[in-house]
Parts: sequence; structure tokens; C-alpha cells
Amino acid sequence: MACNSSGCESGGCYGREKDNGRKAVDVKETVTLCVKCKCNEPMTFGDGGSDDGRFCAECFRSNVYGKFRLAVTSHAMITPSDNVLVAFSGGSSSRVALQFVHELQVKALKNYEASRDRSLPVFGVGVAFVDESAAYPALYGGVSDAIAWVRSTVLSLSPPGKDLHVVPIESVFGSDSVEARDRLVKLLDSVSDETGKEDLLLHLKMLSLQKVASENGYNRLVVGSCTSRLASHVLTATVKGRGYSLSADIQHVDARWKVPIVLPLRDCVWQEITRLCHLDGLKTVELARHPQSGINDLVSSFVALLQEENPSRECTIVRTAAKLTPFYFNKIPETDDSCVPMATQRRLKKFNLKYDGSMTTEAFCPICNCPLNGSDSSEDESDALYAASCSSCRFQILPQDGSSLEQFGSLLPHHMISQVKHHQKVDSQTYLREKIKDCLLLDDEEAV
Amino acid sequence: MEASEAKSKKQGASRLCCLCNQRRPVLKRPKTLQQICKDCFYEVFEEEIHQVIVKNGLFKAGERVAIGASGGKDSTVLAYVLSELNRRHSYGLDLFLLSIDEGITGYRDDSLETVKRNELQYGLPLQILSYKDLYGWTMDDIVKMIGLKNNCTFCGVFRRQALDRGAALLKVDKLVTGHNADDIAETVLLNILRGDIARLSRCTSITTGEDGPIPRCKPFKYTYEKEIVMYAYFKKLDYFSTECIYSPNAYRGFAREFIKDLERLRPRAILDIIKSGEDFRIATTTKMPEQGTCERCGYISSQKWCKACVLLDGLNRGLPKMGIGRARGGVNGDHKKETKKPASAARSLESKQCGSLDF
Repeated sequence: MACNSSGCESGGCYGREKDNGRKAVDVKETVTLCVKCKCNEPMTFGDGGSDDGRFCAECFRSNVYGKFRLAVTSHAMITPSDNVLVAFSGGSSSRVALQFVHELQVKALKNYEASRDRSLPVFGVGVAFVDESAAYPALYGGVSDAIAWVRSTVLSLSPPGKDLHVVPIESVFGSDSVEARDRLVKLLDSVSDETGKEDLLLHLKMLSLQKVASENGYNRLVVGSCTSRLASHVLTATVKGRGYSLSADIQHVDARWKVPIVLPLRDCVWQEITRLCHLDGLKTVELARHPQSGINDLVSSFVALLQEENPSRECTIVRTAAKLTPFYFNKIPETDDSCVPMATQRRLKKFNLKYDGSMTTEAFCPICNCPLNGSDSSEDESDALYAASCSSCRFQILPQDGSSLEQFGSLLPHHMISQVKHHQKVDSQTYLREKIKDCLLLDDEEAV
Repeated sequence: MEASEAKSKKQGASRLCCLCNQRRPVLKRPKTLQQICKDCFYEVFEEEIHQVIVKNGLFKAGERVAIGASGGKDSTVLAYVLSELNRRHSYGLDLFLLSIDEGITGYRDDSLETVKRNELQYGLPLQILSYKDLYGWTMDDIVKMIGLKNNCTFCGVFRRQALDRGAALLKVDKLVTGHNADDIAETVLLNILRGDIARLSRCTSITTGEDGPIPRCKPFKYTYEKEIVMYAYFKKLDYFSTECIYSPNAYRGFAREFIKDLERLRPRAILDIIKSGEDFRIATTTKMPEQGTCERCGYISSQKWCKACVLLDGLNRGLPKMGIGRARGGVNGDHKKETKKPASAARSLESKQCGSLDF
């Protein structure tokens, strides 16, 4: 910015002004202001990332929170009558998700207390932490400290108070912890593929979250997956031959589960999240991970490399995948429940129009719950589990020989196996009959 | 999987080929890691390609088919295998070799010698078309003018048209190219990374351009690059094995490195990428460009002038950046968006290198 006084050199102006007592003109070499509000000084995070030094702290924060809030409202993720469970791993993404959900709840509480008729209740929030130490006994020395830290963090986020559920991952097998832990180790040992083992653990983790959510009356599961995480997922799904089901995993809402999953941070990148944690002093805990030598790790390194070359690559990857057609379950289902406020019901209906109304019944893989592509199924497989599974799980998770396959099936959690039995029975005629059963006058099909 | 591999390596000498159980295994098959003998390898390699051709109905009896021949390993093996299968299974095809001379000294002139030898070795008539004859410019001239950025764009656009022109000259019904599984997997990844959903929906098709001048197909769609090299090596086929001297650090290199690493971890991942590409749920209403003809040369084009004409015009007028990045005016300018500022155009230059074009 040039100084108005004539004949000055940029360096020496301050001195001259002091001497001359003239009205101060800002003569710093580069005076930058927040590009959004143009009032405050921009924040520099010094992390070598892009967009450093462009926004002030407030604008940066409201940017990120704004994306969260937009996702929540436009997809009806959290509505007044909901009971929301936040999956919290202690990492940055889920810490931000927890923080933002808490702030949303605080606001709702304030509005509730200020309103005269108290018509809109405040949604409930719980927190779930999955304890994976049973899967890698050698590594998880620090898990009890981590749990203590999680507990105190959740305690600090009240009012309103939030229940904390510490879920051992082996709880998917049952309540007897010793037996369950044994079974978990046996199950993981029988998977020979490294990547398959990692993925199976992820599937079990989701099952355990679903279990704790439905057993405790939650009707929404908030997962903190951000754009960057989804970008890696797009590539891992592609290289594992899961192109068909990919679009199901990367939307804002995933309602194929009993407790629908919502991703309110889907549009935020990792860089924003870590910067926000730094800005707001949000502490995180990083538990020691089993050294990952499989495909998932290879893809993460690849994405990191691409990011170095072009910082918007993650966004482009997710944007591309977002152009794939989602599934019918990628939205919060409409409901006739009278407890749900009319505004919510209207919003859900409006959202429904965006997707083609065809309620296709998809078959799902019992292990990873991905929608199955019709062309993949092989009816004449001798083993029911093999026949019902997707080609990716067949290759990387299921044992390759027939005898081990049966044993493997017996180790899987009951919930996964019950899916298999269900698929065997359903054929289109039975399915249709189920739908119109209540209007059929005669019991047997001979009459048709 | 790794433990059993090590075990079988130690026992390699005493084991037998796991397919014929008679001969000594001499190689590990890249696709399946099976330890097999040379003859069994030839057999599975050729048989798999035959199955791809039959299952996908690539050819009809009596068709005249041109093989895009560069002298490199893919096209040499393609020419060899296709003429062998044509004979063995009586496809009834009339095969030709079609080669494009881009005018790259020290590279193309050497590989053309290979193709000329192939003509004699396989007994397939050869037609060579040069950029010099078709466009009045060699790649050497072009690079002298524009440097090493975007030269792949020029070459790719020109080659595509040259192949079609050559195919028309030879009066063939179909063009086959040696694109292999690795190539197609790379293209799928690239299109994801670049956000090109329209290309993503087309790039896994084994036959393309059926509604255009000359349909093209890729019989090697499921054939691993490593196996092609192995086949050429054991059969002692004559091919030219250097990379183009002008190929820069193309973006495709990222994808290629990644796929090499991936193949080491899980060989079938290459086919899995192709499968994903085929299975992606892409709406068929995805906007495809409308097909018309170029006003200048009559070639198929979605714009007023085809890309080759736009690029040529730029070269002839000494405006080598014309046709690169977003149009700022010119012939096709009113059909395209204006750029916002030069800086963004520069960035899009860098990203639109070799590999952004149709295969």
C-alpha cells in the first residue's frame, strides 16, 4: 500500500510520520485482511497447507461450522425428536463432530428454554467409543488412559449431559467378555489377507456401534468422516472391485443400517479439521495403530502424494464419486411417526423427490453390508455364506477352501449369519406376497 | 499367501507345472502367481484372449481388421497372437498392420523398422501414415515450436485421426489396439482423479466408436502388461522397447506407479479396478457431446472444427497455445466458456497432458 505523502520511501515512513506528527497511514509492506469479512487480521497456521493466512479466526470457524450446519439441515440429519449417538474415536474428525453436535444441542436447548410453548424438544446426544484393544492385544497398553480421557472430555461437554458408552469391539459376539475376546482373535486369525483383516475389523466396528445404538434407543449414528477420508475410500473401493456399491458409502446419509448413519463433516477437508482443533484447543488422542501394510495404507500414501501435487485433489475425487448414482437408502427414510415435527416430515418428502422413487430391494453382503450387483451372485454355490457375499469379501475375507469356510461361518457374529439365512429364503414371489399378504383372502397360492 | 509362496519357491525345482503336471515350471504367472511351464503359459495366455474375443463378439467372419502397430511390445504381441488365433480358430479375418509415423527421430524411426520386420515375419500387409503427410508437421517440428508441455496433447489428437484416416484408406471395418489391462486401470484412476465422469463411463468399454467412422476394440483389455512382456520375452518376439523421448512427467505416471505397487500387494487388483469401472453407477443421461462434423476437414467433431484442425491452425499461425486449455475465442470460442484469468488456464495446461484424451 503506497503511502500518500510524496517522496517517501516505504521503509522510512514511520520515522518521518513520527517526526511530522502527520495522520498515520498504514505503511506495512503487506497489509492483509481476512478475505471474507475484510476487518480482522487473518490467521496463519503455519502448517504449510493451502489458504493459509486468508481468513481470520472467526470467519474460518464459521466457514467450517457453516458446512456442518448446512449438511445437517439440508439432509434432515438431526431433528428435534431424534436421539443421536456420536461415534467418537478420539481423533480430530470425530472430536470436531462431537464439538459441533454439542454446540447445535446447546443452541437447541437455549431456544427451547426461551420459547413460550416449548413445542420443539431438544434432541438427545450420546457418545460411543469403540475399544479395539482385544483385536491387537500387544499394542493397546494405553487404552484405559484413553478411555479415561474420553470420559472426562464427554463430561466437559455438558450441559446438556451426554451418556458415554464404551463399547468393546468383541461385544458383537455376546456379553461374555472372555469368550467374545477369544472368538474375535480366532476370527481375525483365520483371515489370511492383511487388507481383508483390516476391513473385517471395520465391519465389526460398525456392527458394534449399531448394536449399542439400537440397544440404547438412539435413532441416528453420527460419524465424523471428512472429505479426505472419503477420498481414500473412493480409491480403496475402486481397487477392491467395489465400484458398484461405492456410491452408497460416500453420501451424507446411509440408511441401510438399522440406525441410519449420517456424515455431517463430509464436506470438510482434513486440513480444516486439524486447523480447527488447533484454533479451538480441541484435544485429541491418537491410539497406537497396528502397522498397516495392506492396500488401505498404500492408498492413503497415494492420496497424500496427490495432495502434495495439488491440494484440491481430495475434493475432486469425492466430487467425481458424488456424480455416481446413489441408492434409495441414501436418505433419511420418510416417516409417518406423529412425534416427528411436520417441518421435518415435509423436508424429508421434498428430499425424496430428488431420488427416483423406485424402491428397489437390494440384496446386501452379510459381511460388509454392501448392496450386491445382480451380475455377481452365483446361485449354485455350495456354501450359503459364499453365495451371499460380495466378490470382494469372498476374496479378501472368506477362507479359500471349503472346509475352513464352514468353520469361519461359525465364528462370525450372529447378526452377519442371520442375514445369510434371510437371503436364502427370499425370492421375488415370496417378497411380493409379503407385501400384499394382508389383502389376500385365501391362504394358498393355488387360488391365484 | 506370502508364506505359501516362499515355501513353493524353495520347492520350485522339485515341483511340476501346476497346469499340466508334467513339465518343469519356469515362470510365475503375474496374474495368478501360478508356477507354470512355458507351453502352458502360452496356452493360457492365448486361450484367455480368444475367450475375450468370443465372449465379447469382437469380430465377425470376413471383416477387414487393422492392427494399430507401433512396434512396441503391446502391438507386436497383438499382431502375433491375433494372426495366430485367426488361423487356429478360423476367425476368417483379413488382418493388416497400420502404423503411424509421428516423425520423432531416434524413437519412431527405430520402432518403424520393427514394424517393417513384423510385416515380413507375420505376413501382414503394412500401411504407414505420417504426420508430415497428413498434417505437414512432424512431432519434432511441433516440439521445437511448443516445447515439452502439451506435446502429448498434439500427438494424441493427431494420432487418433491418423489411425482413422489410415483405416479408411485400407478400407477396414475395424481397428484393434494393444491397450492392456494396466492401461485401462490407469485410465479409470485418472478419470476419477480428474473428475471426468463422462470418460469414466466410456473408458472400460472393450469396443468404442461403434457409432463413428471406425469402431475400435481392445482384445488385451484383461491382459496384464507384465504377461505381455513375458510372452514376448519367451517367444523371442521382435519389438522396440523404449519410451517416447518426448514423454514428460505426465500425470499418468502417478497412476502407473501406484498400480505397480498395488500389483505387488494384490495382483488381481488391476482387474478389480477395471471391474469397478464397469460397475460404477453412472446415469446414462450423463451429458455426452453431440456429434457433428468438422467444417474444415469433415472428420467427426462435437465442435465447429475438430481438435486436430484447431491445433493445426494454431501451429500454422504460430499460436501454439490455441486449442490447449479453455478456449478464449477463436473458431470454437463461442461454444465454450471464457476463461476467468490466465493463471487458471496455465494450471489447466499442466493438468491436461497425455492421458486426458480418449482411448
